[in-house]
Amino acid sequence: MMGTRFALNTPRSIDAARALVLRGEIEAFNADYCATLDANDIESWPNYFVEDGLYRVTGRENADLGLPVGLVYAEGRDMMHDRAVAIARTQMFAPRYMLHLLGSTRVLSETDGEVRSQTAFMLLQTLVEGATTLHLAGHYHDRFVRRDGGLMLAERQVIHDTNILANDLVYPV
Amino acid sequence: MYQSQTVIGHTLASKDLALADCKWPEDALHTIPDWVYTSQAVHDLEIERIFRGKTWNFVGLEAEVPDTGSYKRSYVGPVPVVVSRAADGEISVFENRCAHRGAEFCRHGQGKATEFVCPYHQWSYDLKGNLQGVPFKRGVNRAGGMPKDFVNADHGLRKLRVATRNGVIFASYSPDVEPLEDYLTPEILVDFDTVFNGKKLKIHGYYRNEVPCNWKMYHENLKDPYHATLLHSFLVVFGLLVAGNKSRMIADGVHGRHGTMASAKSEDKYATVSEENKKEMRSFTDGLKLRDDRFLEYVKEFDSPWSVTMQTIWPNLVVQREMNTLGVRHIIPNGPDSLIMQWTMFGYEDDTPEMERHRLRQGNLMGPAGFLGLEDNEAMKFVQEGVRRGTADVNVIKLDAGAVGTSETLISEATIRAMYVYYRDVMGFEAGSGS
Repeated sequence: MMGTRFALNTPRSIDAARALVLRGEIEAFNADYCATLDANDIESWPNYFVEDGLYRVTGRENADLGLPVGLVYAEGRDMMHDRAVAIARTQMFAPRYMLHLLGSTRVLSETDGEVRSQTAFMLLQTLVEGATTLHLAGHYHDRFVRRDGGLMLAERQVIHDTNILANDLVYPV
Repeated sequence: MYQSQTVIGHTLASKDLALADCKWPEDALHTIPDWVYTSQAVHDLEIERIFRGKTWNFVGLEAEVPDTGSYKRSYVGPVPVVVSRAADGEISVFENRCAHRGAEFCRHGQGKATEFVCPYHQWSYDLKGNLQGVPFKRGVNRAGGMPKDFVNADHGLRKLRVATRNGVIFASYSPDVEPLEDYLTPEILVDFDTVFNGKKLKIHGYYRNEVPCNWKMYHENLKDPYHATLLHSFLVVFGLLVAGNKSRMIADGVHGRHGTMASAKSEDKYATVSEENKKEMRSFTDGLKLRDDRFLEYVKEFDSPWSVTMQTIWPNLVVQREMNTLGVRHIIPNGPDSLIMQWTMFGYEDDTPEMERHRLRQGNLMGPAGFLGLEDNEAMKFVQEGVRRGTADVNVIKLDAGAVGTSETLISEATIRAMYVYYRDVMGFEAGSGS
């Protein structure tokens, strides 16, 4: 079952030294992830997920109520691939730059190679002939697994505090 | 929010006309003047004559207020209201404005309460909006307090009329609006009752976004099947809607203000598009296949000839049935250049877990990040910018010229014309003259 509620202050169940090591690894992963998205290279975006990975973007209002809907809801890398291709090749929208700024990562647990963490983000959007605006703010709630020694996302749920979105959300977060 | 950050955000007086200067062009049926989208005076008159006039406004779903004391914040036009269920099961809708000093007392989006208490001076109201208590009503030590002739019953919250149909809640300021069933009309009820068929709804969640366009454009976009196969190449590529599919653009037969854009998906997942039609569609991309096409599956769950019905219910509701993804969109006008859209996505309580997941997957088509939704939002923003800032002053609606109302072809603007025939009548705009 997909998790639908996310407490931000879940107690850590991992010792501080190990959490620090993993934090460095996750922050390096996220730096690459955000660079891919900030470059608008969205067809590479699914590569950060495992084959049956889950990706969802939804409002904190929905998370508070435990509701399952997603602005974006992708079960598996193939669905992410289809979204990326649809956006990159078929969708009509005004050109824009996206800029992800992340807060420091809080590592919550490590169990059987699966690492859970949360990271705050701010997403800035710049349109042609427009101000740079704070488009979305919230948290990544992540589940990482290891593949060939490196981390990959088994699940990324993007829970945004932003209640009223400015027009639309074109690119993944 | 765009409104506070728009570049060249000032609307010139030539687009922000006073009512007396609002002249509809002579060829009224085939033109829409820009000022219907850009004039503050026109917008204010719309709030008075349409949203607070003889209309039923969508305010919520009964599934959102299931129990005694359940409530939600909502809007009628731009006016904040509270929808609340009392112990006798009755649903009340009242303005979110304390009768004392006007504070918007209800701050949570939804929740449960036994009463509503204004935080400013703690006047309290029951679940139907009646004034219950006024602190220190008789003063302190026999000094101060309300006059003897102050009667609680005269100082309740401002209440609206309420009507429901199969779990959908509407409210009205009008004492003489027709009964809801008559208001909706037989043509519209057919597809409305298909989605709202009495089965209990299960709320899947909410989207909220600002669309920087006039609220009427949202109606027009869903009365404009012409754009569907041109803007939304996604629909065409994946065979969801192809010029030539069985389809119908329905206008209600009484006023022409409501509409249903209906189409039937062909059996094949991917469309066959003729070479002739391909040439007409610049955005068409041939040979694109999905790696995971589960979300295009259509589970036939209703006794209806249509796989898609998009209904525009005047003045503030869209009922979305895009195959198996179901939702309502609540349009909240936010000045001439903006609207707030509140989307409530749902399924039915008796859905299997797999059916619920199917609806969630298919939900990627709609909403502010949906393959169709985001293109509509972009296009409507472009139109609002063009009509507000450009120097021309009229829109051309000549497809299927002369026809007004229901149309059997997608290449038609006949239901947009029907909406504006009704609109001009309500607003008092005549061709070649002012209000």
